Amino acid sequence: MPRPLPSRTVRAAALLGATALVLAACADDTADEPAATGAPATMDAATDAATDTATDTATDAATDAAAGGAIEGCDPASLETLTEGTLTMATSEPAFEPWMVENDPTNEQGYESAVAYAVAERLGYADDAVEWVRVPFEAAIAPGPKDFDVAINQFSITEERRQAVDFSSPYYDVRQAVVTTAGSPADGATTTGELGEVLIGAQVGTTSLQAIEELIGPTMQPQVFNSNEDAVTALQNGQVDAIVVDLPTAFFVTAVQLDDGVIVGQLPELGEDPEQFGMVLDLGSPLTDCVSRAVDALEADGTLDALQEEWLADVAGAPELG
Amino acid sequence: MSVPPLTRAGSGGADRLLLTPLEQHRARVRRARTRRSVLTSLASTVVFAVLLYVSVTSAPGWPRVQETFFDPAVAREWLPSILRGLWLNIRVLAVAAVLTLALALLLAVLRTLRGPVWLPVRLLATAYVDLFRGIPLIVLLYLVGFGVPALRFTEGRISPVVLGAAAIVLTYSAYVAEVFRAGIETVHPSQRLGARSLGLSYAQSLRLVVLPQAVRRVTPPLLNDFVAMQKDVGLISVLGAVDAVRAAQIGALDSFNFTPYVVAALLFVLLSVPTARLADWAALRATRREQAGGVL
Repeated sequence: MPRPLPSRTVRAAALLGATALVLAACADDTADEPAATGAPATMDAATDAATDTATDTATDAATDAAAGGAIEGCDPASLETLTEGTLTMATSEPAFEPWMVENDPTNEQGYESAVAYAVAERLGYADDAVEWVRVPFEAAIAPGPKDFDVAINQFSITEERRQAVDFSSPYYDVRQAVVTTAGSPADGATTTGELGEVLIGAQVGTTSLQAIEELIGPTMQPQVFNSNEDAVTALQNGQVDAIVVDLPTAFFVTAVQLDDGVIVGQLPELGEDPEQFGMVLDLGSPLTDCVSRAVDALEADGTLDALQEEWLADVAGAPELG
Repeated sequence: MSVPPLTRAGSGGADRLLLTPLEQHRARVRRARTRRSVLTSLASTVVFAVLLYVSVTSAPGWPRVQETFFDPAVAREWLPSILRGLWLNIRVLAVAAVLTLALALLLAVLRTLRGPVWLPVRLLATAYVDLFRGIPLIVLLYLVGFGVPALRFTEGRISPVVLGAAAIVLTYSAYVAEVFRAGIETVHPSQRLGARSLGLSYAQSLRLVVLPQAVRRVTPPLLNDFVAMQKDVGLISVLGAVDAVRAAQIGALDSFNFTPYVVAALLFVLLSVPTARLADWAALRATRREQAGGVL
């Protein structure tokens, strides 16, 4: 195991197989990368079962995608997942559009659900070999053992978080946006300066909260909530004038959760690099490299772009805050 | 006095002369025993502390624990914001404690009213206690904190501090009312009957005879509830206000280090220690008064 941490090494072997969404080229892209994680020299007793499933999915994949796209060295037989042969994915409860549809991560509807299954398939897991658990946002990025293999829940990649968890390659470049209700003091603001006098809320532990402090710098201390939903409720009640969420969530909030919701605009980049979402894995997880390579492959073959076009198409039109 | 109290033995030459040889021997034995117990307890404490220290610091995870829970740099960085949050907690606590006492006393008095005509009042007070003692505080905080503003009673914004304090008062007044009621019921009926026979009205006997005794008896449990409340004011963070708990959470999530939580925990402990000592002192004083002159 390449990046072992004591106490985290006990992970069952699991299966990975083939792909459905893949078009081409991915095998070549990733083949020359070192197989850093994956196949440990010794296999557990479950290898037989794992191999069976892998064979099944490989057959499916062969019919689905002519070009194939399995990541070399990453397959269910060699990946040390929590449960052998199963990829345990995590998201928060409830999960919202456009990331998940109808709070059901298993339906492959919504951008993150689709990406999750695309990654799983690229690693060789059939759809029914993907299990979902619900883990609160803060718990997923806190240090400590995890009860999931991979979490996907709009986690922005930051250096601080890298000390506590592993991130996969980014699957989405995100911007933060200010949401308010019609007629509130924040409605109609065109610059961040105009938001200095309004009371703004955000979810604790998010880059949204960081964005309020660093990009807006309001005179009133921001209100900090346990979840985006609490923040939205407070906005609806008039307990805050505006909230900051990531842009795709802002579209959902204004379209579905608020009666008279308004997107004030998207905030400038926080820092020099674009803010990106990555999947979260346990620190030193043996799966990180394979998951990253699967995401890279999806990026390279245009799958991510296609899924963004499908699920996040609205996002392009939001005004920029100066 | 033929047998001087033991406490005076050895306190002066003159007293020592008053002791019989047998008594002097007994005093020596007692002193030797005391010395031996002190030394034994000292030695066992030192051994225990050393064992604890060695076993904790030699544990393989200790450097990581130290770094994750006790990082002085992280503590320094987040202490100011946690202190600012704690000040909010203290203000909420002060208001909530006073309101809770008043409301709880009223409820307890209403619940102990005698006579059939007061049945509806007793029923209402009982229902209140059952309801608010039964609702988990965190649920009540959500209901009050997110539900009440949705009704839009007021034009302006209701501070989460006010809403949080209201929820805490609702829950704690139900608890404390039961403590007061228990105190009222421990006052012997003869006290009340005696007061009435002296010509005091019901209200007067309650105010002058029953309540003073009742409150004195329940002071220790009241202080206990006060300590519980000191910590529960940290729950108002769910309403958006940045109190000590939320400030620590922000710090912990920002730094990926649990030191801010440890700092908040220590501050809450510091806040509760004076109350705990006050409770001890009140209990001691109550014992002394009730056993005035007697020795047990």
